[in-house]
Amino acid sequence: MTTTDPITAITAPDPGTPPVTVRREALYFAVRNGKLLLGAGIVAIFLLIGIIGPFLVDRPPMEYVGQPMMPPDGEYWLGTTTFGQDVLAQFVHGVRNAFVVGLLAGGLAALIGMVIGFVAGYRGGLVDEILNMLTNVVLVIPTLAVLLIINAYLGIRSVGMQALFIGLTSWPWVARAIRAQTFSLRSRDFVDLARLSGVRTGKIILREIAPNMSSYLFMTFILLFGSSILIASSLDFIGLGPTDGVSLGVMLNHANQWSALHLGMWWWFVPPGAAITAIVGALYVANVGLDEVFNPKLREL
Amino acid sequence: MRQYFGRKLLIYALTFFVAVTVNWMIPRFMPGDPVASMVARARISDPEAVAAMQQYYSNLFGFDQPILAQYFNFWGALFAGNFGISIWAYPLPVADVIMDAVPYSLGLLIPSILLSWFVGNWAGALAARRKILDNTVLPVGYVLTAMPYMWIAILLCWGFGVVFQVLPVAGGYSFAMQPNLSWEFVGSLFQHWLLPFVSLFLVALGGWAIGMRNMIIYELEADYSNYLAALGAPHRLIRRYAFRNAVLPQITGLALQLGVLVAGALVTEIVFSYPGLGSLILKAIQNQDFFLLQGTFLFIVLGVLIANFVIDVVYVIVDPRTRAGMTGATT
Repeated sequence: MTTTDPITAITAPDPGTPPVTVRREALYFAVRNGKLLLGAGIVAIFLLIGIIGPFLVDRPPMEYVGQPMMPPDGEYWLGTTTFGQDVLAQFVHGVRNAFVVGLLAGGLAALIGMVIGFVAGYRGGLVDEILNMLTNVVLVIPTLAVLLIINAYLGIRSVGMQALFIGLTSWPWVARAIRAQTFSLRSRDFVDLARLSGVRTGKIILREIAPNMSSYLFMTFILLFGSSILIASSLDFIGLGPTDGVSLGVMLNHANQWSALHLGMWWWFVPPGAAITAIVGALYVANVGLDEVFNPKLREL
Repeated sequence: MRQYFGRKLLIYALTFFVAVTVNWMIPRFMPGDPVASMVARARISDPEAVAAMQQYYSNLFGFDQPILAQYFNFWGALFAGNFGISIWAYPLPVADVIMDAVPYSLGLLIPSILLSWFVGNWAGALAARRKILDNTVLPVGYVLTAMPYMWIAILLCWGFGVVFQVLPVAGGYSFAMQPNLSWEFVGSLFQHWLLPFVSLFLVALGGWAIGMRNMIIYELEADYSNYLAALGAPHRLIRRYAFRNAVLPQITGLALQLGVLVAGALVTEIVFSYPGLGSLILKAIQNQDFFLLQGTFLFIVLGVLIANFVIDVVYVIVDPRTRAGMTGATT
């Protein structure tokens, strides 16, 4: 679902250039990068749909408001479900929840991955051994299977809790990639200098090491954002989605469960999947664009 | 090499230990009383029946014993192949129910994983640094890899099964047939297998193609490629060397992606009502059959660990550096 190997999909940043010029240069290339603009544009459109949509479509998403099984028309732009629910209302709320899950789960996973990666890479030794072992174990366990068990038993039924558990299980590759980069940075002169001047470890990591891979950290967050949306939609589709609201995965689940396919109600199952594909695909494309912006080696292409 | 395998096996053993422990812990330490909630979910109002059910579940989990004994009993039962009795398929043991479903899941997973990996790598390698091909492979790859597995399955199912009505949309074989060894039955199996296979294949394909393309470009810019080019080596030779180096991270990537691929197969099976582990999980969740759910979970973990080990062995065969005891593999 994600690019095959996220670790290699993003090229490592080159530390050591002064930050101000880098920032100005990045902006210069960012506004000229087609991939970044296209990706960011699509994401922005869906973000707008998610933010404003629920206010414009004021029909409650799960209530039976109209005629059942109506194809799209002027009144219901995306038609209605077998029960007469407004598909458009479900759609805009679903898009909103996709962003919520992506932001919370992706953010949490990025945070955990960073902390573990930085600490393991900077400290080395026994701490590294233990954290590395932990990373490898979580990396091997099939995430969705664990989430299935947790969700089924705990009966997780809110978007926030779902995001929390997705975040708790999808950090390992980030931790590993950041650990490798921290390794290569920690013996640099400027880090040694900071250490010699008695700066505390936490501050060295935050002030000296992290800024040197800030572009990389941002890109991992984008990848995690996309993959979290995909994981959440799978969980929702299996029937472990939020019950206090609607999501794109829940829409697909209902459509499949009430045989929208066999009744030919394409307006029920095409939009949610298309939205997920568009959001996640746009995130990936924007990510490639960002990579080209930050990494001069890739620019000529 | 011994150290390499030793480390790997240690990680796998540890992972299995963690998985089993999690599996044991969740029903016992989750907030609230699992027995009470299971009884409540059964929606029985007769107090006598409620008491009987409570008794039954407590015995089943072995709650009356000290916590450490419960834990060891759990491991003991596991090694005896005893996963409990399925509630959905009562009175069949969970292990039997799972064993019936496993061949279908493997039959879907193994061909789709291998084929998408080979075709994806080939397409990606072909596309790298070739403008026209690159401009088609890359966008198609990104769309495919961003698609949720169940959505592409739904689209294929709707398109070929409902609109054109050329392929069956549900089940592992025709409902009118009994499993037997005849060409007719094999044909039916194949017809039902085709669409789930294609949808799994397509989604995985995009990721491999993009990954390979990026790796080849990286390798073509490496010093050895430039050196070869400077010596005047033919383009084909340089590409071949680049390919051999670029394939290594893709093998590691295969190990990393196994969990995602299995998850994709689960939801695809649900769309097509394919009688594999995915459909089993759906049944288990719908019927609150926790033993079945936990058994399936352990099976999936075990399968992924075995597949990981197979990939490790392949890696050692493919990458001579691991054999020489140098650090080659990073996983």
